[in-house]
Amino acid sequence: MLNDVMTIAIHIGLLLFMPPLLPGVINRTKAVFAGRKGPPLLQPYFDICKLFHKGMVISESTTWVFLAAPVVALAATLLAGLLLPFGPFAAPIHFTGDLILFVYLFGLARFFTTSAALDTGSSFEGMGAAREVAFACLSETAFLLGLLVLVRLSGSVSLTPMLLSPLAHPPEAPVLMAAAGLFIVLLAENLRIPVDDPNTHLELTMIHEAMVLDNSGPLLGLVHYGSAMKLFVLSALALHLFVPFQIGIFGADWGLFVIEMIAMAAVIGIVESTMARLQMRHVPTLLMAAGLLNGIGFVLMVR
Amino acid sequence: MLLPVLIFIPILAAIAAAAITSNVLRPWIMPVAAGLHFAGTLAVMNVNTAPIWGGWVGMDPPGKLVLLLISTLFLICAIYIVGYLRYRTERSNRVLIPCLLIFAAGATLVTCAQQLGLMWIGVETTALSTAPMIYFNRTPRSVEATWKYLMLSSVGIALALLGSFFLVYASLANHQHATLIFSHLVRHAGAANALWLKMAFVFLLIGYGTKMGLAPVHTWKPDAYGEAPGVIGALLAGGLTSLAFLAILRVDRVCIAGGLQSYTSHLLIGMGLLSMIVAAVFVLGQKDIKRMLAYSSVEQMGILALGAGIGGPALYGSLLQMINNGLAKGMLFLAAGNIHRSYGSKNIDEVHGAMRRLPLSGTIFMLGFLAIAGSPPFGPFVSVFTILNAIFARHFFFICGLFLFLLLIVFVGMGRTVLATVFGKTLPRKRSINAYHDGLMTSLPLMLSLLLILILGVHIPSFLTHMLRQAEAFMQVQP
Amino acid sequence: MHWLIDTPLVLVMLLNLFMLGVSRMRSLIYSAAVQGVVLSLLPLLLEKQIGAMIIVVAVVTVAIKGVLIPQMLHKALLDVQIKREVEPLIGFLPTMLMGALGTALSIAFAAYLPMTQAGSSTLIIPASFSTMLTGFLLLTTRYKAITQVIGYLILENGIYIFGVLLLTAVPFLVEMGILLDLYVGIFVVSIILNHITKAFSSLDTRRLTALKE
Repeated sequence: MLNDVMTIAIHIGLLLFMPPLLPGVINRTKAVFAGRKGPPLLQPYFDICKLFHKGMVISESTTWVFLAAPVVALAATLLAGLLLPFGPFAAPIHFTGDLILFVYLFGLARFFTTSAALDTGSSFEGMGAAREVAFACLSETAFLLGLLVLVRLSGSVSLTPMLLSPLAHPPEAPVLMAAAGLFIVLLAENLRIPVDDPNTHLELTMIHEAMVLDNSGPLLGLVHYGSAMKLFVLSALALHLFVPFQIGIFGADWGLFVIEMIAMAAVIGIVESTMARLQMRHVPTLLMAAGLLNGIGFVLMVR
Repeated sequence: MLLPVLIFIPILAAIAAAAITSNVLRPWIMPVAAGLHFAGTLAVMNVNTAPIWGGWVGMDPPGKLVLLLISTLFLICAIYIVGYLRYRTERSNRVLIPCLLIFAAGATLVTCAQQLGLMWIGVETTALSTAPMIYFNRTPRSVEATWKYLMLSSVGIALALLGSFFLVYASLANHQHATLIFSHLVRHAGAANALWLKMAFVFLLIGYGTKMGLAPVHTWKPDAYGEAPGVIGALLAGGLTSLAFLAILRVDRVCIAGGLQSYTSHLLIGMGLLSMIVAAVFVLGQKDIKRMLAYSSVEQMGILALGAGIGGPALYGSLLQMINNGLAKGMLFLAAGNIHRSYGSKNIDEVHGAMRRLPLSGTIFMLGFLAIAGSPPFGPFVSVFTILNAIFARHFFFICGLFLFLLLIVFVGMGRTVLATVFGKTLPRKRSINAYHDGLMTSLPLMLSLLLILILGVHIPSFLTHMLRQAEAFMQVQP
Repeated sequence: MHWLIDTPLVLVMLLNLFMLGVSRMRSLIYSAAVQGVVLSLLPLLLEKQIGAMIIVVAVVTVAIKGVLIPQMLHKALLDVQIKREVEPLIGFLPTMLMGALGTALSIAFAAYLPMTQAGSSTLIIPASFSTMLTGFLLLTTRYKAITQVIGYLILENGIYIFGVLLLTAVPFLVEMGILLDLYVGIFVVSIILNHITKAFSSLDTRRLTALKE
């Protein structure tokens, strides 16, 4: 009983406070690879705090959608985070079919983000929104296909029993395929490097950053916080496939989870520093590949 | 221990040829090696060679036939090449001659290899040693031909390897002991897995069929035969194809023993007819005499596959046809090479009146055409007739009609090109081409092969009949 | 224990898809090299007792597939300093779709094939077929001569995977055969590649069109 309460408390605590650490780790990894010293690990926290203390400039052409979008996106991501089990611990909320909700909460967030981008009437933001939606068509398909493999393997359509079942002991071929596919989805959904460069400031090549050009102050802070949380949640999902170990001691397992998350961010950093961003016209090929991998994983399992 | 000697003669000769520095002296090693090889072959024909080296090397009846053919053809070409290379002094033959000799060694290995892997290595050797020969002329066109040949034949060889793996796996899949020796494979084929056996046959047929030049994997043939020197074309069309046919026959035997007689015969008949149709279509209106010969070769391979598919007496005819085709195609390519050398072109727009300019080569080219098209009194007439007879006896009237029709089309198509080449007014010689005249070394081989084809057409020697019967009986195994 | 074999095979299949979708020549060459190295280690994972011979064979295979051939291809690429992009006849996406479909079909097809039970993974035959198919796709749908050579290399890789099934039954013959084929084949091909470069100052097979009907 105490453990259950503790689990929920730690779950919510980590979900709320850990996300900005991940971009920090990624940036530090990239800095190390580039031979630089890099910003402090906690820099994203400082950035978000600073943004929350700033004033806002809001375009006159916008409506309430523009204001609502970052809030809705953050709320949706937060809820998705509550549906997902972290490490070997059950999620605070779980029910049959929560998997579908999990995927479409991200859809909801995307809907509002892109609507807000269109709401500003800026041509660059409209372009970013169009790209975001076009790529999402492919990556969402791949995401669902990958989850389908896991559903079929575990026989459950709820995230908690699905991910806590011994999926990958030993690593079966379908799971390996799905893990590769889902890793690409993770990179694409969070707009990391082979798909989009989060550091770019050239509007023509941007996807996500182009959509939030008009945001400033606390709104921009929310956007940053929300995208860090999305990275956190999806990484936590991927961890179930990559490192399905557990120790069995309450505290140690939570510690392991935190370390694994940081390692995951470091891996993403390594991928970002060793790969070049794809040309925009090759991105659909990559996303299609993710879908195909998951599809092959599915075929491997049902044969 | 005669067989290893037979393989090592050309290898040693190749090493010697690579060591000789004189471009004029080097070609003479060819007739010497070929003569020795031929003598050794005759000796092998007479002794009953038991398998040696754990059954890996030995002679089976079809292998004997092919060895005799290859050795004869190699001797003919070896004499010819001495004369030919006198006209090609501008180019070093230090690669060509060793490659030719390695080709001969590989060919000998194929004929006496009784092990699946060893036979594959032999075919691989012949395939790879051919590439530098096709590239002898060093023109962009010959680069293109070599590239296409290399790509297609490498894939073919790879597929043949895969087919061999399947063949081995067929016995493994039914918990049998794995073996690669043909006689063991035949003995245990009944217990092998039929599905894997079927797949093995398809892959081996496509793989070795690429070497043989069966449609639809024949596309390298016109390019390679067209761009290679005539003597190389002769060795490819008469030798390499027969080796591939031998490989297919051996595999076919295993599959027949596995109870797949009707399956393999359908595939062989289908591919044979397809090859004949493709050849008939492309030979019509063909202006390049060497490419025309290449399509004729595709047609001949179709006939061989068809005969093998029908089996029994048709197989007898098919094996005889293989020998006739080898000699006749060799002769045609050598004659075409002479004509090409004299005119500096192989296109009928530029080549007319060959009979007047080169009385001997022109005449033999004409006679060779008549022979390969199946008219009496030449050898191919007998063998084609035998095959037709066998098809009739099996009541395959549709195949028979199609066969005759396609023969007719090829006859007409080749006839137009050949007549245009041989008759008509000869044009004044180009000055840039070094003046070619039929000499002893370049015309003696032509006459020799003409003589052999005539003999085969008039009366087949009893020792050959005996060997053919043996080969036919060899292929009849009970499932 | 069969996950020990499955994992490299999954990696091989991932590389297949990657090679069909990748547009840079260098990435293509590197991934072909990685695939070759992964495959050469398969016998080590499968064999129950690891003798000196099997290690030698593995080392030689790694050297040829992982170092020698990629280097040769890389050198050929550097010699023709024009375009470093793979030029496809059919786009990347369709070929990748075909590759994936082929992989799925080979998985389905392999389920119907009778297998030996000798402790080997059920993934070997699908992986082998799909790799061969990838090789064929690269061979037929790409214009550059180097890409065609890589296609041939991948085809050989697929055959090698199948050969792994025969490893215990017919030891060494399999590896030897493939090594011979590959090494000699690629050796001759590299000479011709060199001559194509000289004759056409490019490795684009679209220039090889003089011979046709």
